[in-house]
Amino acid sequence: MGIRAVAAAATSLALVASMAACSSSKGSAGGSAGGKVSLSYGVWDATQVPAMQKIITAFEAQNPDISVTIQQTPWADYWTKLQAAATGGAAPDVFWMNGPNFQLYASNNVIKPLTDLHQDTSVYPASLVKLYQYKGVQYGLPKDFDTVGLWYNKALFDAAGVAYPTASWTWADFQAAAKKLTDPAKGVYGVGATLEGQENFYDTIFQAGGYVVSPDGKQSGYADPNTIAGLKFWTDLIAAKDSPSLKQMTDTAPLNMFESGKLAMFWGGSWDAKAFAGNDGTKTGIDVAPLPAGAKKATVIHGLANVVSAHTAHTAQAEKFAEFLGSQQAAQIEADTGTVIPAYNGTQQAWVQAYPQYQLHVFLDQLLDAVPLPVSRDTAAWNTLEANLLTKAWDGSQPVGTVAADLAEQMNAALAKEGS
Amino acid sequence: MTLAGAKASALAPAPAGRPARTARRRRRGEAGWAVFFLAPTALGLAVFYLWPVVQTFYYSFTTWGPFGGHTFSGLSNYRQLLHDPDLRSAFVNTAWYCLLGLAGVPVALVLAAVLARPGRRGVGFYRALLFLPVVTMPVAVAVVWRWLYAGDSGLINTLLAKVGIHGPYWISDPHTALIAVAAVGMWSSVGYTMVILMAGLQSIPRHFYEAAQIDGAGPVRQFFAITLPLLSPSLFFVTVLSVIGTLQTFDLVYVMVGQTNPALPQTRTVVYLFYQDAFVNNNRGYAAAIAFLLLAVTVALTGLQFRLQKRWVHYA
Repeated sequence: MGIRAVAAAATSLALVASMAACSSSKGSAGGSAGGKVSLSYGVWDATQVPAMQKIITAFEAQNPDISVTIQQTPWADYWTKLQAAATGGAAPDVFWMNGPNFQLYASNNVIKPLTDLHQDTSVYPASLVKLYQYKGVQYGLPKDFDTVGLWYNKALFDAAGVAYPTASWTWADFQAAAKKLTDPAKGVYGVGATLEGQENFYDTIFQAGGYVVSPDGKQSGYADPNTIAGLKFWTDLIAAKDSPSLKQMTDTAPLNMFESGKLAMFWGGSWDAKAFAGNDGTKTGIDVAPLPAGAKKATVIHGLANVVSAHTAHTAQAEKFAEFLGSQQAAQIEADTGTVIPAYNGTQQAWVQAYPQYQLHVFLDQLLDAVPLPVSRDTAAWNTLEANLLTKAWDGSQPVGTVAADLAEQMNAALAKEGS
Repeated sequence: MTLAGAKASALAPAPAGRPARTARRRRRGEAGWAVFFLAPTALGLAVFYLWPVVQTFYYSFTTWGPFGGHTFSGLSNYRQLLHDPDLRSAFVNTAWYCLLGLAGVPVALVLAAVLARPGRRGVGFYRALLFLPVVTMPVAVAVVWRWLYAGDSGLINTLLAKVGIHGPYWISDPHTALIAVAAVGMWSSVGYTMVILMAGLQSIPRHFYEAAQIDGAGPVRQFFAITLPLLSPSLFFVTVLSVIGTLQTFDLVYVMVGQTNPALPQTRTVVYLFYQDAFVNNNRGYAAAIAFLLLAVTVALTGLQFRLQKRWVHYA
C-alpha cells in the first residue's frame, strides 16, 4: 500500500465525512461562533435589500453579539422555497410574511407567537395588526403597507393630447383615455391588463362592488355579477386591444413595458416607486394618480409583517431582531430611503417626501377607500386556481362569465377543504 | 484519486513462485479494498437514490399536511390519478417531447457523419460549438431562448419580419409553444448524441468500407450495409437515453413557460405536474404517486426498447 493508496483512502474518508456533515447541518442556518449569534433574515424584494441592510447595521450596532444575514429569494419562488425549508425545519430565523400566507403558517405552528415581546401594537394601523393575529394572538409585527395607484407616462399623454388622470376619474374616463393613448403603429398601449389580483382585478372587483371571498372566508365571490364586472373591465381592455394580449404580456411583463415607454398607464403598488425612481426610463417622466372609480372608489391595501420561525435555535435573539424591525427607528430608515410605506404611524410622511418628483401622497390619500387584500386560511390554494382559470378569460378563449362560474365552484371546494 | 489507487493495486503483477494460500489471502485483501473504494459511491447511491425511491413509494400511499406530517391513505392517490385530466394531458405533452427528442437522433447522426470524417478543416471547432449547449446550464439556455423567441422584440421574429413573415408569440401561443420548447431541448442535447455516435462511427474498421468499395458498393449502400448495422449499438444507447431524458422534461418548461402562460396546459409535462403538486400545492403524497407512475412508464418503455433491440441492434 503505497502513498497513492493512502491518499485515496484519505480522500474517500473525507468524502464520507463531508456527506455526514451535510446531513447533520440541518436546522436553522447559522449558529453561534465564539459567543456571537448569527441570524438569517428571509426577504423577497431585491429593491428593499439595501434598506434592510441599513436596518441590520443599526441593529448590530446596538447588539454587538448578534449578526444578521439576509437571505433573498425572488418573489416567484419565495413561498415554495420557504414552505419546503419550513417543512425541513430550516426556515430563516426571522422572515417576511404576507397576508395570504399568514394563517397557513400560524395555524401549523411554523411561526412563533410574539407573546413575550409585549410590543405596543397601537403604533401600527389597526387593520394591519389584526391581519397578523391568529385566534386573537399576535404572530407578526407589521413592517409596511401598500396601496395601488395609477402610474402614468406623461410624455405619452402629452403626445396623444390626453389630460393627466385626476382623482375624479371614473372607469369611463379611464377607458376613453386608454383607447386614445393606444398607438399600434408605435407598439404603444393605453394600459397593461396584468393578470394580477392585488394590483389589477381585485381593485376593479371592489370598485364594481363585488367581493373575492366572503368575510367569514367560506364563500367565493366569483359568481357575483359585480365581481364578474370587475374582471370584465380588464378582459374588455384586452379585447379592444387597448392592452397588449396575454401572449405579449407573458413575453414581456407589463411593468417592463411601462418602464420602456410602451404602456401609457400601469396599475402599480406604492412599492414600485423606488424601482421607478432608479430606472432611467421612469426617473422623471412619470407620475401617479388615484385609481379610477367604478361604482365606488377602492384600492387594495396590504402590508407585510416580520415573523419569527418557531424552530429557530436562537429565540431570544430572533425576537429581539423582530422587535427592532418593528421599531420606529427601522421604520424611519424604510421611509427615508423611500423603500416602502412604513407601518409605524408617523413615519409615513417621510416616505412621501423621498421622491418629490412623484405625487406619492395619493397612496396615502386613498387609505379612506382602501379594502384589505382578500385572504383565507389557505389562500394559496385558490390563488393557484385564479391564475390557472382566469388565463382562459384573459386570452379570450372563454367568456368571463363561464370562467368565473368555474372558478367560483372550484374555489368553494378549496375553501371547504380549509376546515375551521 | 480513488481510481488511481484502485488501478495501482489491481494491476500490480503477482510475484511468481508464491504459494496459492498467499494469493487467496491477497485476493481477499483486494476484495476488501474494492469494497472500501466503492463505499463512497455505493453509499451515495444508497442514501441519495435508493432510499428516496423506497420512501417515495411509501409516500405515494399517504396524504400530507402543508408542513410535513402524513397519514396513510391507501390507494386514494392512485385513484385520483385515474381521474386527473391534467395528468392525461401532461402525459400526451410528455409523449410529444419524447418523440421530438427522438427526432434529434437522425440530426445528430448526420452531424456526426460529417464531423467524424478525418482530415476536415475546422472539425474540432464545430464539434466544440455543437457540444457547448450540453455543458451550458439549462436555466441559462432557457432564459436566452426566451429572448430569442419573444414575439415583439425577439431575434427570430425580427429576422422573419425581414422576409415578410409575421412570427407568432412562440412560447405563449398554444399552437407553437410545445414545439418551441422541444426544439430547445433538442438543440441542447444534440451535441451529446453526436459525440456518442461519432465515437461509434470511428470504431468501425476502415477496411470494411475498402472491401465494400472493391465489391462496388456506392456510398448509400455502404451506409445501409455497413455504417447503420455497426452503429446500431450506439444508436440503441442514445435512443434509450433520449427517451429517459425527455420523459423527465421539466426545467425548460419551468423557466420558459411559467405559471400564467396561456400555453401552459399545452406544454406542461408530467414532471412539471409533479413539481406543482409536491412543492407548490403541497400534495406530496399525490406527487409521489405521479412520480411512481412516471417511473413505471419509464421502466416499461425502456424494457420494450430492450426487447425490440434484438430485431435491429447488431453487436459485432
